[in-house]
Amino acid sequence: MRLKYVLSEVAVGLWRNVTMTIAMIITMAVSLTLLGASVLLYLQVDKMRQVYYEQVEVTIFLKTQESSTAQRDAIDADLKVDELVDTYDFETKQEAYERFKEIYSAVPELIAQTKPESLPESFRVKLKNPDTFNEFSARYKGREGVDTIIDQKALVEKVFSVIGSLQTLALIIAIVQGVAALMLVINTIQIAAYSKRREVAVMKLVGASNWFIQAPFVLEAVAAGLIGAIFAYATLVIAKIYVFDGALEPLTAVLTPMPWGNVHLMLPLLAGAGTIVSSVTGWFALRFYIRV
Amino acid sequence: MIALEHVTKTYPKASRPSINDVSVSIEKGEFVFFIGPSGSGKSTIVKLLLREIQPTKGKVYVNSREVGNMRSWRIPHFRRSIGCVFQDFRLLPNRTAYENVAFALEVIGKTQAVARRVVPEVLELVGLGGKEHRYPQELSGGEQQRVAVARAFVNRPLILLADEPTGNLDPDTSIEIMRLLDRINRTGTTVVMVTHDSNIVNQMRRRVVEIETGKIVRDQPRGVYG
Repeated sequence: MRLKYVLSEVAVGLWRNVTMTIAMIITMAVSLTLLGASVLLYLQVDKMRQVYYEQVEVTIFLKTQESSTAQRDAIDADLKVDELVDTYDFETKQEAYERFKEIYSAVPELIAQTKPESLPESFRVKLKNPDTFNEFSARYKGREGVDTIIDQKALVEKVFSVIGSLQTLALIIAIVQGVAALMLVINTIQIAAYSKRREVAVMKLVGASNWFIQAPFVLEAVAAGLIGAIFAYATLVIAKIYVFDGALEPLTAVLTPMPWGNVHLMLPLLAGAGTIVSSVTGWFALRFYIRV
Repeated sequence: MIALEHVTKTYPKASRPSINDVSVSIEKGEFVFFIGPSGSGKSTIVKLLLREIQPTKGKVYVNSREVGNMRSWRIPHFRRSIGCVFQDFRLLPNRTAYENVAFALEVIGKTQAVARRVVPEVLELVGLGGKEHRYPQELSGGEQQRVAVARAFVNRPLILLADEPTGNLDPDTSIEIMRLLDRINRTGTTVVMVTHDSNIVNQMRRRVVEIETGKIVRDQPRGVYG
């Protein structure tokens, strides 16, 4: 019975100031969406790291014109006994050319202008421990016939750092929006408390317990947080379908597919974050600032 | 039942104490008037008894409990043992007489079933039988104050405080309210009334405690306003 009273007070309160309520929900939804996006990116990068570090290779490119068979065999012999090396492979000019055609299949003019002889031969080396690149590289760098040694890990890290920056940006905006959302929560509670000041005064007079007086106001904040989280979740689902799986589909191979489980995880996570942060803020404002 | 022991209260930024080293003791079932001019400190006493404010010095006892340093989370429960009526009635304008009284029950956790039983009874007691569904603006000043008294009394508190309850009422209506408070006092409720209505005090001839600039200057068992 008290629950019914409290819940009906919450609904009336939210509806009375519907414009405030809408503003509160929108800002909260935006903040939570960006928070969710940030978390999803973080999880995605984590996944990508795991996938890529499995595959990452070091490539020793031999000089296109000047390397000789003897030089190649020398490197081959050393790689065979090198303890840093897990497995390795040799790519001939023809094999390089075939791969080139595959990568640039969308640009036939480029393929027409390139001949197998212009592509370098290479050793594709898989290190036991990708972090030993520097040591490995030092061994083969200045050798005759060696052109460059490319650490794919470095290339992949570049992609990760771009995504990492996006993630940080999303998080910063989420925080800024979050602060705005919380300000609106406090403002909404202030207005609600003011419009209910007579009831609150009588409640205090007759001895209603503090939580009973405060509950409807705090629950308004909780409701906004919950609705905001639901909108945020829906937005992330739509983003997954239309952006990640849609517009960015060609990059799925690079970015690795995003599991639906991660997205669904956002609903309880954002709901929890939204409701807890807004209710705690609301309660503090009510108790110590508005002094109900 | 109620006691103030060497109580001093100075409001922040005030040049002199509102009440200064006041000691008074009230037994269960008494009817006591606190009289004095405006600014003498009468309302301060009511606020101290309700624990709206704390004494700067001294101890305040209500229902034999020291309330001066009561923890703030205990206060709501404490207030349930005291009923209070004010000069401005303090009714909720968008609720009927019945709902105003029921509100006091609702917010301390009593069920609607309890309210349905108890509220009509107490409205009858204060002489408002038949007017439960009127809104405050549809009631006269005297009737509104009766609703306030009903609300204060519905939980059968041990103490009824009245802070200038007849301040907004005409002399005849004031007498009616006083008769009501007298009836309530006869049920065993201790009544403490703050007033500057000399008429009432002279008619009732009860214990009179006179306060002037924060000090008690008179405490007479069957006093007049003087």
